[in-house]
This record gives sequence, structure tokens and C-alpha cells, in this order.
Amino acid sequence: MRRAMETVIKVENLTKRFGNFTAVDNISFEVKRGEIFGFLGANGAGKTTAMRMLCGLSIPTEGKGTVAGYDIFKQPELIKKSIGYMSQKFSMYEDLKVWENLELFGGIYGMNDKVIKQKTDELMIKLNFEDERDKLVKSLPLGFKQKLAFSVSIFHQPQVVFLDEPTGGVDPITRRRFWEMIYDATAQGITVFVTTHYMDEAEYCDRVSIMVDGRIEALDSPDNLKKQFNAKNMDEVFQQLARKAKRVDS
Amino acid sequence: MKQLFSFIRKEFHHIFRDKATVMILLMMPIIQIILFGFALSQEVKNTKVVVLSTTSDEATRRIINRIDASEYFDVVGTVHNSDEIDAAFRDGKAKLAMIFEDHFSENLKHTGKSHIQLIADATDPNAANSFMFYASNIISNYQQDISQPQSGGGMIVPEVKMLYNPQMLSAFNFVPGVLGMIMILICAMMTSIAIVREKEMGTMEILLVSPMKPMYTILSKISPYFVLSVINFATIMLLSVFVLKVPIAGSFISLLIVSLLYIFVALALGLLISTVTNSQLAAMMISGMGLMIPVMLLSGMIFPIENMPAFLRFISNFVPARWYIDAVKTIMIKGLGLGAVLKDVGVLLLMATVLVTISLKKFKVRLE
Repeated sequence: MRRAMETVIKVENLTKRFGNFTAVDNISFEVKRGEIFGFLGANGAGKTTAMRMLCGLSIPTEGKGTVAGYDIFKQPELIKKSIGYMSQKFSMYEDLKVWENLELFGGIYGMNDKVIKQKTDELMIKLNFEDERDKLVKSLPLGFKQKLAFSVSIFHQPQVVFLDEPTGGVDPITRRRFWEMIYDATAQGITVFVTTHYMDEAEYCDRVSIMVDGRIEALDSPDNLKKQFNAKNMDEVFQQLARKAKRVDS
Repeated sequence: MKQLFSFIRKEFHHIFRDKATVMILLMMPIIQIILFGFALSQEVKNTKVVVLSTTSDEATRRIINRIDASEYFDVVGTVHNSDEIDAAFRDGKAKLAMIFEDHFSENLKHTGKSHIQLIADATDPNAANSFMFYASNIISNYQQDISQPQSGGGMIVPEVKMLYNPQMLSAFNFVPGVLGMIMILICAMMTSIAIVREKEMGTMEILLVSPMKPMYTILSKISPYFVLSVINFATIMLLSVFVLKVPIAGSFISLLIVSLLYIFVALALGLLISTVTNSQLAAMMISGMGLMIPVMLLSGMIFPIENMPAFLRFISNFVPARWYIDAVKTIMIKGLGLGAVLKDVGVLLLMATVLVTISLKKFKVRLE
């Protein structure tokens, strides 16, 4: 159903220590092109640290890894050009207009004015956003902002998009719509790497990894995980694993 | 380059959409100049004087008239004994009391010697010093006038000339001071807040994940404040020349060069502050406490550096405003060229280099 099983993210024995504290402990996994890879874990399990290493924001202490074919130690600048990123703060510039945000990020990723304009027009129609085009971002409702932030993060057609808890604070229906956009992005060949703590969202992923205390304790498709842990849903799987955690939530 | 221009445009949007802040930034120099120029004047004018004189004679009247006619004094009344003088001081009705001895005029004629006692309210010592100086001057002028016919008696008359600022206008002192303060406030404080705001909002993370070069981020962050500072520099110059009548005695180009250098130092300071703080509040506190107070107190703007204890004098060497204010005074008031401010320029250049080097090193490309 998806394209050839080309590897986009490959990580081997990746470790990150801050002093005595091992935030990410020897993790290994692969993500294929066009896949939706769910990255789950309780607060403080090391999700965000792991993700930051993949984005070139943080240098790993040990291990190997490539993202979009580039080495995470040696070529972080090339990785940055090939990825999109949306953080939990859905960071848009609130005092800029909708189209100005798109123009800014298009410019940062080196797109030319004509392409930016054309893609902005397309996007506004697709999102049914034409009336909001000239509004300041801060005047939009949260659900709109999240959709817009996601659109900005894939505006430059990255190979991989990293979503750090993208749907915090919105209702299940808005979340469901947001996930339709994610599916749409994968149809364009964009690989989606997403952290979440909503277990209904975990069900939407192609494969899910669950981190406990810096280690990956489980990694498979949601269906296989449910069988393996003899659970009715992903929430039960998660509960069984998270109970083993020794670290206190930070 | 496209990256840089998109980003600079965004920075201007940030500032100019925040109308209140823009207004404050542009009005601040005007308000400060007006405050310092008119309200907080250090010149002593219209000091209230009471007179105690038992014999109303010619010499007494003449002296009182001269005192009253001067713009520095206002004779508000006469009193009859020392209790009334005390009362006048206590009630704030007078700052200066003049007491003529009995038979003042006669004594002066017959013995050639007479006494006036001057009593000042010295709660504000600087002001008391100034008006005492003015009063003594008026009295000795009178003395010279009446003693002129029999000159040749070996009297020494000092002729005082106040160089560069003949009218002793305090504007000559505070215009450079206000320049030094405004630039620091706008460049250092606003730049640091603008950068830290991106950290607080989480947009800095997005920038760090993007291929945006950190140097571009910095350049575009400081560019609008650079423009604002140049506008403010122009405002202050226009106000000081046309409203306060402080002329630019030296070359305007030299003044501009020194000011641009100072703006650069201030921007670098702002950048440094932004690399060591993570909240807008902290950035504001550091620039407020760490920059404004030294600029006000240790730059020579209000208190002369020569009078400070050795320790504070040493500290003042590290306050950029001190060197800038000195250079502005030399060029603007004394009318000397760049050659006369080489030391100031050198120190500012050194500061700029050190600050830029440290802050570029510290500006984190990665989040840790």
C-alpha cells in the first residue's frame, strides 16, 4: 500500500547523558519512508531528548544515526534542510498574519517568492482558510493554529516531519481532523515521526514505540502490540509498560 | 540573503505592530530631553531670599535691588529678628537669608568695611553652593562698582571665563548623558528582550531546527533596533540644537561615527544578556539594574567621575557610556575632532570586539 521500504531514519545504540543522568539509554530503531511512527512514553521517559537528537538540536553522547540519509553527528545542517518540526507550543509568530508566517518560513527554507505565493494560495483553499489569510495568528482558535503550524512545518516538502505532542489541548474531533492532515502528508511521501500521550492517537500510527526510563520497551504495529500484551487497546499496553518505570515524573 | 530579508521583515513587523512599544521608544528621548531640560534643571533659579536689615540705607537698598533683579533670586520679604529667619527656613519660605549689619552704609563709607551675613538652606548642598556663589558675585560686583573711582589701591579683580559653556547651561552636560542612556536602553534592553522572547515563545526552537544561520538570526534581530536608535539619535540632536540651543561645535560626522560605534557596543551588550537569560523578565532586570544604574551613576552624566572614590572610578572604566559621553562632550561641546577622542573610540572598539566575540560564542545553536 505504501512505497518501497526505503529507510528514512536509522538509529543504532543512541545514548544521551546529562552528567550522571542517562536521558536516552541505548535505543535503536528504523523508520521507513511514508510511515507514521508513534513515539510514546510517559513524561520524562526521554522522548523529547531523543527527538531533539534526531533534529540536530542536541548532540548524542554515543551511538550512530542517520536522518534523511545524513549523519546526525556530521551533517546536522543538511538534516535541518530536509526535515520539518512542530513543537508542543505550535510555535507560530502570533503577531504575524497567516500568510506572513508562511512567507517567513518559506523564505527561511530557501523557497522562491513565486512558489511561496502559489503554495500559499493552494493551502488557503485546501484548509478553507481564505478568510483568515490576512488575520493575525493570535486571533485564531487553537485548532486553527495547530493546523496552520502543521502546514508550515511541511510547507517546504521535507522528507521527515517531527511532531512533538502536536494536538495538546484540543478536543477529539479536532484531533481526528488533524490526523486527516497527517495522513494526507504521508500520501505525499512525507514520513511522520510523532510523539503523543493520547492513546487514541497511538492507534492511528503505523508503528509505535514505547519508551520507559530512556529505553524502548516495545516497538511494533498497534495490532501486534495489543496481541503481544494481551490488551484490549493501546492504553492498556501503555499502562502495563509504564508501571515498570522507576523514574519519577518530572 | 532571501533568508535574511524575510527575517528582517518579520522583525520590523514585530516591532511596528506593537504600537505602544514603538510610541514609547520614539517618545522616550523627547520626554527625557524635556524632563532634563526643563523640569530637572540643575541650574538654580528664583531662589527665595529674605532680608534682615535694621537700617535701610542706600547701599543696602542697592544690593537688595541687584539681588532681586537677578534671575537667580527672588526677594520675598524682610524680617526683623533671627527667630523670623529660622521660621522662614523652617516653613520653606526662604532658601537664603541676607543679614546686613547695623549702619551698613555708614560703616562702608567711614571705615571702608562692612559685613553681610549669608545664611543658606544647605539641605541640597549643590544648589546651596551655586546660589551662594551667585550671591557673592553680585555683592562683589557692587563693591567693584563703588570702589572704581579710587582704584589703584592694589585690588585684584579675578576675571572668570567659563570656556565652552559660557552661560553655564546644564543642557551642555545632560544632552550627551541622555544620548548615552537612551542608546543603551533601546539597543541593549530591547534587543535582549526581543531575543529572549523567542526563547520563551518556543519559536527559537523552530529557528534552531531550521537551516536559518544563527548569524542571520542575530543580524535580523538587531537591525530594527539599530534603525530605531539612529532615529532617536536624530531626534535628540534636533531637540538639543533647536530647542535647548546646544550647538554642535565639532564635526557632525565625527559625532555620528562615535555614536554608531556606541550603538554597536550597546547591541552587543543586549546580545550577551540574551544569551545568559531565558526569560524576558530576567533580561529586563539585568538590563535595568545592570546597565541603567551604572549609566546614570557611573558615567559622569550626573556625578563627576573625578570626585568618586578610587574603587568606583575603577568600575566606571567598564561602563561604555562613560567613554561615549566623554567623546560626545569633546566633539559636540568643545568642538574638537576625532583625534581628540582616540582613547574613547579605542576603548569602545575594544569593548565591542570583546562583547561580540563572547556573545557569538555563547549564542547556542543547539538546545541542551
